[in-house]
Amino acid sequence: MISMGLKTPMIEVSKVSKQYKGTDFYSLKEVSLSIQKGEVYGLLGPNGAGKTTLISILCGLISQSAGNIAIAGNNFKQDTRTIQKMIGVVPQEYALYPKLTARENLLYFGSMFGLSKSTLQAEITMHLDELGLLHFADKRISTFSGGMKRRINLIAGILHQPELLFLDEPTVGVDVQSKQAITAKLNALNASGTTILYTSHHLREAQDFCTRVGIIDGGVIVVEDTPKKLIETTEDARNLEDVFIARTGKELRDYA
Amino acid sequence: MLVRDLGGLIILFVMPIVLVVTITLIQDSTFKSVSGSTIDILLVDLDKGKLSEEIYKNFEETPFLNPISTAEGELITEAQASYMVASGTYQLAVIIPEGLSRDLNTQITKNIADILEEFEGNAIQDTTTATVVPEIASKVSAKEVTIYFDPITQETFRSAVIATVDKLIASIETKTVYQAFEKEMGTSRSMESFSQGHFVQYKQINPSLSGEAIIPNSVQHNVPAWTLFAIFFMVLPLALNIVHEKGQGTFIRLQTTPVHYLTIIGGKAVVFLGVSIVQFTMILLFGMYLFPFLGLPFLVIGDALGVLYVVAIASGLASIGLAILLGTLLSTAEQAAPFCAVLVVVLAAIGGVWVPVFVMPKGMQMIAKISPMNWGLEAFYDCFLRKGDFFSILPEISLLLLFFISTVTIAMLYHEKKKKV
Repeated sequence: MISMGLKTPMIEVSKVSKQYKGTDFYSLKEVSLSIQKGEVYGLLGPNGAGKTTLISILCGLISQSAGNIAIAGNNFKQDTRTIQKMIGVVPQEYALYPKLTARENLLYFGSMFGLSKSTLQAEITMHLDELGLLHFADKRISTFSGGMKRRINLIAGILHQPELLFLDEPTVGVDVQSKQAITAKLNALNASGTTILYTSHHLREAQDFCTRVGIIDGGVIVVEDTPKKLIETTEDARNLEDVFIARTGKELRDYA
Repeated sequence: MLVRDLGGLIILFVMPIVLVVTITLIQDSTFKSVSGSTIDILLVDLDKGKLSEEIYKNFEETPFLNPISTAEGELITEAQASYMVASGTYQLAVIIPEGLSRDLNTQITKNIADILEEFEGNAIQDTTTATVVPEIASKVSAKEVTIYFDPITQETFRSAVIATVDKLIASIETKTVYQAFEKEMGTSRSMESFSQGHFVQYKQINPSLSGEAIIPNSVQHNVPAWTLFAIFFMVLPLALNIVHEKGQGTFIRLQTTPVHYLTIIGGKAVVFLGVSIVQFTMILLFGMYLFPFLGLPFLVIGDALGVLYVVAIASGLASIGLAILLGTLLSTAEQAAPFCAVLVVVLAAIGGVWVPVFVMPKGMQMIAKISPMNWGLEAFYDCFLRKGDFFSILPEISLLLLFFISTVTIAMLYHEKKKKV
C-alpha cells in the first residue's frame, strides 16, 4: 500500500452540509474529512447514512448546501473540467449501453476523456485481458452475466487512468471469482498511484482492501481510522462488522 | 445503438411511410369524390311523374352519383330506404314526394298565367286560366323532398349532397318554366333564344407565389402534413432515450466526464436530425416514384428541393428541442411515453395537420399561430402548394429555430438547477 501523510490532500472536505430541497433534515451535517493521495478510503454506513450524497457531491453531480470541497487543491466551482479529467466514477448501477458491445461501450466512454482511438484501443485490450474479458470484447453487454458487467463497469471508469477513483459498491451481486478479479485490479490501480474512495456494505472486503475507513451515520462521520486501529479500539470487536455495529447500533434504517 | 434496435428503426423509418401512404390513399378518395368515386343514392319515387323521371335521369348522368330505385327487382319503399340508411347499408336516400310533378306544373302554370295577365294588363281574357288557376292554386302547397342521411356522414358531405340535389331540381324547374312559357306563347321559335347552358361559369385558379400553375391533390396536401407529423413523432423516441439514460447509470457516468451536457445532448441531436433527414428523403422518394404505383398522383417537387430540406431541418430541430426539453423534465419512461405521444397528436391537431386552421374557431386559430407544427406546416405548404422560395419560408423557419434554441436553453437551465436539489 501507498504510504500516507503526503502534504496535498487528494480530497479535502470542510464542514460540508447538504439539505435536499423540500426536506426538513440534513443528509450531511458539517462533514469534514481529508483523504491523502494514494489512499484507499472506505466510506461505510447504513442505508441512508449519507454515503451516496457525499460521493455525488464529490463527483460534481450535485452541489452542497454549505461547506467547501477541494479535489487535489481544485475547487468544483472554478475548476470543474480539471477535476472531471482527474476523476473516474464507477457507479453502483451498470452504467453501460446494453445494445452496444463491450468494446463499443468502452470506446464511447473513453472518447469522453479525449483519448485517441489508438490509445483507447490499446487500453481497452489491456484491461479486458487483465479482467478475463478479451474474448467477449465484441459481444453485446445485454448478453453478459452480472459479474462480467461489473468488470466492464469498472474498466469504463479507469480507461483514462484517473488520479482519483470513486467506487460505489463495485462488487455488489458478483461471484467470488469476479470479486477477486475486481479487487486485484483495484489493488494494482492503487499501487500505480490512484487514490480510491470506496463505499460498500461488504465489511470484510473493506477491512482487507481499505487503508482507512470512515463510518458515517445520520449525515455525520462518527469515526475514522485504519481498520486495524478501529478494531483494536472498539470493545469486544473482532472485525470491522463489530466496529460498525458498535458505532451505528442494531436499529434498522428504513427510509421512505 | 439505433442501428441495433430493429423496433426503433421500424418506428423511425417504416411507420412514417406507412402513415403517409395510408392517409394519402384515404384522403385521395375525398379529393376525388367530385370527379372520381361514386356515391350510391337510394331514390324512392312516390311522384312517378315527369319530374321524378328527370331527377333520376340527372342523377344517373351526374358522374359521382349512382341512383338506386329497386332492390331485388322491387321498387324501394320509403320505409325500406329509411331502414337501409339507418343500418348503414347506404349513406343516403332521397324521397321524391307524391304529386311533385303535377303540383310543380300547376304552380308554374299559375305563375306564368299571373305574369302574363299582369304583363298584358288583363288584355288577354283566357277563360281557362282565369277560371281554373285560382281553383288549382288553392290546392297546391309547398313540396318537401326528404333526404335520409346515415348518422356517420359529416356535415360537409350532407351540405354537398343537398346542394347537388337542390341544383338538379332547380335546373329541372327552370327547364319546366321555359317549356310552360313556350306552350303559353304557342311557339317554339322564341325559346331558341333561351340558352340551355349555364350563363355563369366558374373558373378555379390556384394562385402560387411564383406564378406557376399548381393543381392541388391529395399527395400535395398530405405529404407535407404527415411528413411533419412523422418528424415531430421523433419527440417520442428521443425523449424516451434521454429518460432511459437518466434511469441507467450511463447518465451519471457521462455527467462526471469533462464533456459539457450540451455536447452530450448535441450528439444525440445530430443523430436524430440525421434520422429525420433520412426519413424525409425516404418519404419524398416514395411520393415521387412509388405513389403512382399505388394509384396516387405523384409528388411534384419542382425546384423547391433545397427549401424543402431547409424546412425539414428546421422542423427536425424544433422536434429535437422539444424532445430534449421533455426528456430533461420527465423522470420515468412510464410518464414520458404516453405524455409525448399524446402531446404530438395534440400539437398536430392544433397545428392544422388534421383540420385546416382556417376552419377552426377563432380562439384555436390564435393557438395554432403559436404552434411549432403550424409553422412547419405553413412552410411546407409554401413549398409544396404555393411554390414559395426561401424568403417566403423565412418567418416560419426563424420561429422553428427560435423554438429549438428556447427549448434547449430551458432544458439546460433545468438540468443545472437540478444539481442544486
